[in-house]
Amino acid sequence: MLPDNLRDRAAAAAVEAFDSGAVTGGKFDRGELTLEIAPARIVSVCGFLKHDQGFVRLSTVTAVDRYPSEPRFEVVYHLHSIEHNERIRLKCRISGENPEMDSVTSVWRSADWYEREVFDLFGIRFAGHPDLRRIMLPEDWEGHPLRKDYPITGSRV
Amino acid sequence: MGETEVPGITILEEEQARTGPRRMLLNIGPQHPSTHGVLRLAVELDGEIIVKCHPEIGFLHTGIEKEFEVKLYQQSVTLTDRVDYLAPLSNNLGYCLAVEKLLGLEIPPQAQWMRVMLTELTRLNSHLVWLGTHALDIGAMTVFLYCFRERENILRIFEMFSGQRMMTSYFRIGGLALEPPRGWHRRIKTFIDDFPSKVDEYEDLLTNNRIWMGRTKGIGYVPLEDMLDLGVTGPMLRAAGLETDARKDEPYTSYEKFDFEVPTRTEGDVYARYLVRLEEMRQSARIVTQAMDGMPTGPWKVADEHVVLPDREKMKTQMEALIYHFKIVTEGFRVPAGEVYQIVESPRGELGFYVVADGTAKPWRVHMRTPSFGNLQATPRMVEGILIADMIASIGSMDFVLGDTDR
Repeated sequence: MLPDNLRDRAAAAAVEAFDSGAVTGGKFDRGELTLEIAPARIVSVCGFLKHDQGFVRLSTVTAVDRYPSEPRFEVVYHLHSIEHNERIRLKCRISGENPEMDSVTSVWRSADWYEREVFDLFGIRFAGHPDLRRIMLPEDWEGHPLRKDYPITGSRV
Repeated sequence: MGETEVPGITILEEEQARTGPRRMLLNIGPQHPSTHGVLRLAVELDGEIIVKCHPEIGFLHTGIEKEFEVKLYQQSVTLTDRVDYLAPLSNNLGYCLAVEKLLGLEIPPQAQWMRVMLTELTRLNSHLVWLGTHALDIGAMTVFLYCFRERENILRIFEMFSGQRMMTSYFRIGGLALEPPRGWHRRIKTFIDDFPSKVDEYEDLLTNNRIWMGRTKGIGYVPLEDMLDLGVTGPMLRAAGLETDARKDEPYTSYEKFDFEVPTRTEGDVYARYLVRLEEMRQSARIVTQAMDGMPTGPWKVADEHVVLPDREKMKTQMEALIYHFKIVTEGFRVPAGEVYQIVESPRGELGFYVVADGTAKPWRVHMRTPSFGNLQATPRMVEGILIADMIASIGSMDFVLGDTDR
């Protein structure tokens, strides 16, 4: 459900009109618009924003680990519309148990490396990604360093 | 799989038997001069034509984003220098702006203008290294020596301001690290008044040089739609005809008060990227001149004693100042919970800092959207189907920094 104070934001209202069940929350803080999207709807919402709302660029995909609270992970997408000179942040909250999202590589090809990075460092899988491998760390690395329960220092014995 | 015994070269005999044409798998990097760092490119060749290219990155991954989470906000400024080591001040600026946005700080005009002036000098620094090494890759050695002559002057200016040539950390949350040094105006004026004539010198050597044109014109072309789709930003987009620059579109640090142009070309090849970057150097020189001549007076850091370290003099005479100093150094300062995504136009393109604060003195999460990482994704699209010799010119024109890519 879109919060009432966001109804005059064109992009937020358009997403709400496109799929009223997709938006689960949102805020406008420090001049930045954030929409929380139901994880299952992310691909269709991204496709809509790209093709109908002019958000031709996916600026970045990243994640935030809220360990130990649940849902543990937030997958964060930053979109950019050059035409309207506007940015929007999409956020999906997913559980820490076997975290998985749908890949948006079908919408933007640039999501390829961004999602690989999130997979590598957070261990979040992206269903439908063409080539989901580690990108920063070696193939045989154990663990996902940007998780909060991964130690900052130490050596393996 | 049958392989020949030449190191670094594999002829895929089985695949050759299956598909017909001779394919050779050639490994370029991670240590190879034309990759400007540690980038590995595995290319499949059909004769001299690249059929497939698989870039491999991560050799310089140092876990900087993890490191942010265990450092106080003000300690992390030094980490940002080490990401893109050719444009340290752009990184400092992006991070400081993001944290200042969370804190709601209003930065005094002099600090803002100093930031503009020094980030533009950083852009010159970065573009000079790019031009020198790119020309060296293609075979023009003189330009390299010329560029590094000017770069040395810029590094000396940085040293004058911050005490450091490369890892400056001169921008701090709330303003600048130190008071601008005495005599900076004359020093920068001597350099910048001369600089446009130096750009003319590079142009004399390259722009109408037949070998240079032959090696760069029509090479490395990628359609604009593909670049946008692949996450490319910065001079590469501008060389393909899209006028986009965060300094104009989403002005920060009072860039809106400066008069400069965003150069564009429409060809979208290596030569166009060269021309765009050269023109950017002239425009940066214009901005530096404007900042230098119109430099506002007044404080160079905010008067918020919870965030900014007190003056040395006050610490020796006032007990409160000493207490604040002790508090900031040992405990840091609390940043209100929230999240921001701050964009700056780095010499390579869109540099974004996504900072998530949880109300403590350490960030919960810092993500850097680095331009080199986005740009590098376009490599296969750019080099597949062209000659291997042109690949060197193409990847040189992307101007990536591997520290920036791998973080």
